[in-house]
Amino acid sequence: MVDLPKQPGLPDNVFMTRLDAAASWARSNSLWPMPFATACCGIELMATASSRFDLARFGAEVMRFSPRQCDLMIVAGRVVMKMLPVLQRIWLQMPEPKWCISMGACACSGGVFDTYAVVQGVDRFIPVDLYVPGCPPRPEQLIAALIEMQDKIMKTGTFQGSEFSGRTEATGPIPLELEEIRRSREAKLVDGLDIFQPPKL
Amino acid sequence: MLDLQPLIEKFGLTQSEFRGNRRVVVAADRVYSLLETLKNSHGFNMLIDVTCVDYLEYEGATDRFGVVYCLLNMSTGDRLIVKTLINDPTPTLPTVTTLWMGADWMEREVYDMFGITFTGHHDLRRILMPDEFSAFPLRKDYPLKGRGERHNFPVITRSES
Repeated sequence: MVDLPKQPGLPDNVFMTRLDAAASWARSNSLWPMPFATACCGIELMATASSRFDLARFGAEVMRFSPRQCDLMIVAGRVVMKMLPVLQRIWLQMPEPKWCISMGACACSGGVFDTYAVVQGVDRFIPVDLYVPGCPPRPEQLIAALIEMQDKIMKTGTFQGSEFSGRTEATGPIPLELEEIRRSREAKLVDGLDIFQPPKL
Repeated sequence: MLDLQPLIEKFGLTQSEFRGNRRVVVAADRVYSLLETLKNSHGFNMLIDVTCVDYLEYEGATDRFGVVYCLLNMSTGDRLIVKTLINDPTPTLPTVTTLWMGADWMEREVYDMFGITFTGHHDLRRILMPDEFSAFPLRKDYPLKGRGERHNFPVITRSES
């Protein structure tokens, strides 16, 4: 928190600060995670929340299974193309301000699952604030990521959430593999289908 | 143990054995009557699995698809693997859900992954891939990394969500 110089005449138990700093301080110490756990990273996520590693020490123990009550999405595990619309919908349902941690190799990049069904990194389709490497990451790594997340909120957070408005592009890479671009151009169109037409790469 | 000799003569089967697993290959137009006989007269009352193999570019293969039925006789513990071979352009087989109801989802999976149509199946939809998916991904002529379907989603940026 930013302490402003004391005004003369105020009692000792009154602190002066900015509204942005006060809001960020409150938000960063009460992150409520939305556990989007689809694979083995979800097990580590559960271990992080339980007694030995105890995520409650950092104010983030309240795992809510309703996106309306969450402000930190933790994508733990691989996301397949049938699951991605669900992930995007849950992300849109979360109230502002919200953040996203992409946990593990599969959520960050698709991991070893470089196949037709697995999305090669959720950051291509939803905004991600923090990446946790590992397969799966240790609970300590997730705790470190959470502390980093709190630090980021404290440093950049604003009361209105205006720090988000500048992020107008997806963080993920566009597919640059030439083979993949060629195949998507060669794919045949299906009559009467709106989605799963070959994407424009 | 089931004596296969009368069945071999009646249905024109080819028999082989590997590590104690007995396998027979049957023509596609006789597979339903063979399975019906095996269930009703020989006590193969459980269908373990229905699956498929794509033999495209397989060395020495003459047919495109092999559909495999694994059967079990629960009173004697006898097992039998029945295989049939079918080809493009419209690989079609009669459904066996009329014999074993458990074939329902297995045939849907074979349809989803290989595009083999089971005539008479009451609910032949995709089971694993999304309904809008247009290819059959376990066919050998489908690329491992797909045709870009996995990249075909709207992008949500932070400023608009």
